[in-house]
Amino acid sequence: MSTTTSPRQAPLVFRGARRILVSREFSVFAALALLIIVTTSINPRFLSAQGISDILLNSSIFVVMAVGEAMVIITRNVDLSVGSTLGLTAYSTGAVYAAFPHVSLVVVFVIGIVFGGILGAINGLVVGAAKVPALVITLGTLYIYRGVNYAWAGSNQYFVGNDPAEFGNLSVQTFYGVPVLAIIALAATVIFGIYLYGARSGRDLYAIGSDPSAARVFGIPVDIRVFGAFVACGALTGLAGVLYASRFSSVGADTGTGYELQIVAAVVVGGVAIFGGSGTVVGAAIGAVLLTTMTGALASLNVSKFWQQAVVGVLIIAAILITRLLALRNTRRLKVSEARNV
Amino acid sequence: MKLSHITEARPLRRSQRVLAFSAAATAVVFALAGCASSGASSTSTSAAKKSFSIAFVPKQLNNPYTNVELSGGQKAAAALGDKYSVVGPNTASASSQVSYINTLTQKHIDVIAIAANDPNAVCSALNQAKAGGAKIITFDSDTDASCRSLFINQVNTQSVADVEIKQTAEQIGDQGQIAILSATANATNQNAWIADMKKDLATNPKYAKIQLVTTVYGNDDDTTSFQVAQGLLQSYPNLKAIISPTTVGIAATARYLSTSSYKGKVVLTGLGLPNQMRQYVKDGTVKEFALWDPAKIGQAAVYAAKALEAGTITGKTGDKFSAGSLGTLTVGPDNTVIVGGPTEFNAANIDQYNF
Amino acid sequence: MSEQATAPVSAAPAKLRSRGRRVWLGRNANMIYAVVLVVILASIFVPFFFSVTTVNFLLIDAVPILLMAMPMALIIITGEIDLSVASTAGLSAAVLGVLWENSHAHGNIWVMFVICVIVGAACGAFNGFLITVVGLPSLAVTIGTLALFRGLALVVIGDDAVADFPTDATTFVTSTVPVIGVPVFMVFVLVVVAIFAVVLHFTPFGRALYALGFSKEAASFVGIRVGRSKFTLFVISGVISSIAGIFWVLRYSSAQSDSVQGLELSVVAAVVLGGVSIFGGSGGIVGVVGGVLIIRTVNYSLELGGLPDTVLTIVTGGLLVISVVAPSVSARIRLARDRRRALVHSGEIAKP
Repeated sequence: MSTTTSPRQAPLVFRGARRILVSREFSVFAALALLIIVTTSINPRFLSAQGISDILLNSSIFVVMAVGEAMVIITRNVDLSVGSTLGLTAYSTGAVYAAFPHVSLVVVFVIGIVFGGILGAINGLVVGAAKVPALVITLGTLYIYRGVNYAWAGSNQYFVGNDPAEFGNLSVQTFYGVPVLAIIALAATVIFGIYLYGARSGRDLYAIGSDPSAARVFGIPVDIRVFGAFVACGALTGLAGVLYASRFSSVGADTGTGYELQIVAAVVVGGVAIFGGSGTVVGAAIGAVLLTTMTGALASLNVSKFWQQAVVGVLIIAAILITRLLALRNTRRLKVSEARNV
Repeated sequence: MKLSHITEARPLRRSQRVLAFSAAATAVVFALAGCASSGASSTSTSAAKKSFSIAFVPKQLNNPYTNVELSGGQKAAAALGDKYSVVGPNTASASSQVSYINTLTQKHIDVIAIAANDPNAVCSALNQAKAGGAKIITFDSDTDASCRSLFINQVNTQSVADVEIKQTAEQIGDQGQIAILSATANATNQNAWIADMKKDLATNPKYAKIQLVTTVYGNDDDTTSFQVAQGLLQSYPNLKAIISPTTVGIAATARYLSTSSYKGKVVLTGLGLPNQMRQYVKDGTVKEFALWDPAKIGQAAVYAAKALEAGTITGKTGDKFSAGSLGTLTVGPDNTVIVGGPTEFNAANIDQYNF
Repeated sequence: MSEQATAPVSAAPAKLRSRGRRVWLGRNANMIYAVVLVVILASIFVPFFFSVTTVNFLLIDAVPILLMAMPMALIIITGEIDLSVASTAGLSAAVLGVLWENSHAHGNIWVMFVICVIVGAACGAFNGFLITVVGLPSLAVTIGTLALFRGLALVVIGDDAVADFPTDATTFVTSTVPVIGVPVFMVFVLVVVAIFAVVLHFTPFGRALYALGFSKEAASFVGIRVGRSKFTLFVISGVISSIAGIFWVLRYSSAQSDSVQGLELSVVAAVVLGGVSIFGGSGGIVGVVGGVLIIRTVNYSLELGGLPDTVLTIVTGGLLVISVVAPSVSARIRLARDRRRALVHSGEIAKP
């Protein structure tokens, strides 16, 4: 039979290891590791306990947002309203505490996640129902949500890190040495990573991103899946908003301004193709960590802070290049293998 | 094959009539706008006005320090029976202040009181406002002298610098590396204080062993200041003290220090609001810091504006005007009014203040 | 932007649309009527609006967005996007500031302008190279160059703010035409707008752009040089952005690293509001001008009326959403109705 047409296969373990090693995610991880090693060798303070804690805490928020955005981008859409959503949910956390100072922690989280989910659902509904590109709709909701945030907050600011203390302490508590915020971010990444890899509806997102019309013909409920992706993105951004309020304490009308492009950049650096269909949330999470670490690393290396943003820009372009080259190589390999099997 | 690149029109007949009417209206409106003089012209052209309008343009709106300043101004304006308003950007940026100044010009506001984010960028807009009849005073953060009549300075610039260096030096034993965490790079007031601080460090032999390694900018944004403080401590492992002459900066830095391993090891001083800094003084992160009562600035600004508007002063050196509970204030050199002196806060007296 | 959701061709026999009707009733014209409507409403309800000063202040802040919207419209028509326009403008602004500062106010400012424009062209060429030669997606690339160019602006000028530009230059830029109060620089902008309109609507190059946006493959089969056209557009975008940056510096008399920051999304919003489809293949310059003016007029009237400009952001976003959702939804309704009508014609379903 045809099982012997392929060349002699290496043992399963090696094949699995090899697959991991050549994966996009590993290359991003390798870049991160390289960055940390180089920086620490020059400035050992970078990897001190305080340094590690800072890296983990700073990136937790971006990781959570990147996971959500990755899901949307995989379906060949984009959500530009995440910055404004973050601002709204973070401010709502402050407002909730101002109105009910003794509300339980769990309730605050639930409110943030649900609020974010609703904002994401609005995006998903309009994209699905009106069949208009997500870029334009989420650009519109970026403005609308930001306007609502301004209208609600005005020039008011809440400082939620101080009262109640238990909420602010969330950002300093550790669980066996790992900051609680980082654990939450890790949990989000793992949960959604497994979902997209293993669950049927998760894998459908990839199909939709690769070829929406084919997916529709195949029977995948495209509109519902895309709607779900937007809701998940909004909910995760809502979670990030609560984490932001805990970590940075000050929330106001401008919170989160400009984050959307940073998040999309992090997702792209993490190996998710901008046209959808490939990449993983794990990669996006590593991309987010890489970008936030980059800023801290450059500061530790005493690189003039003026170079930091330029370096980030170069990183993004390099990441897109690599993704493209890999995609081209995959296409070529697919073509060749197809030709061989015929 | 039809490659239509002009989108299809909505072919309702009623809309045609509406559109035709609009087209006719266009012509009329543009013709009128061309010949119109400034509409709804100010009725108050007489010199002896009883009440006037003053508009405050602070550096940024969502800033607790600004809010205290403005509350002083608002109270004073209410007491005098004058119209008070405030407009400003949410982030400290000079170009957005320009748009607000333009709006105030068009509304024929009598006095514009501005705390400038950049001493030069707002000047041409202010000059346009002046040409339109408004009087310009600056408070807190000055502009170039040619664009304003008067500058309300909270404290003598040199005194601020002196108290900052003094408080820092006595906590680090007169030697070591220090850094400054400021607001925006062009903020006139912070830059003036920093310049005097550098002069102090250079000329005073007592501070010869203190080294200022860098100045970083938090842009008066809480999160940015927080992250910049992190970077500072990463880049300079031997840093002994941070001076933050901005209330947003010192609050954010204090918050970072109090939850980090640097608490108690790195000294933090600067200008802070007692209400914001109280918990950090109590938990030992900050031993002492300084400020003044910002509400007095707002109050002085309103009284100065009134005197300017009434013509009793012109803003030149030597002019005197009454400022309500502040007594009589005199205009000093550079058309500057000094409101008072700095107050030092520490664990002993911090509970006495509520702002 | 490769998903084609084309406007459905009507199943009923196509009405012969006269050129006149198409021009006066099309989306482009609707935008202009909307501008007029907003101006009228603002004049009635907002005190101080109806004056010559309004024309000045309103238009002068519209200049950078209007300038950058021109090449942006063309780029979006071809199915690409350029999010780096504001950063290119910022980089040019930073370069101008540094050049002026280092020349100790002795240099020839026109030479510096030329250098800035060359910098802008280089930025555009970099974008164009990555997008047309290497074949990377423009959305991702321009997000990267957005960060890169802004970062370079920081490297070039650092924390400085250069402010002592020659007063004759700064006053010229903010001066107005007597009587009608239109900023003098606006005249230059209108010339640019006219050039773009002529190129887009009346030259083969411009018309080819529509074909490009409609279908890249078909366009190249027909002989249109896809890569070269797009590359040219990105270079032009860089040049125009650098001019916008120069204007910004002179208007505020200040060059800083954050000059023109954040304007790219406003430009895209104005272009899309003006009727240019984000999928590419349709739209016109007149509509884009209308889009810019609507947003700017609403913005200004709200500022003047003392309403918080939070309302403005909501309105901009709402306008944007409605402007793309409404045609799409109404097209779907029309399609359903036409389908039904066709079925009735062919006798498959009985007449109601």
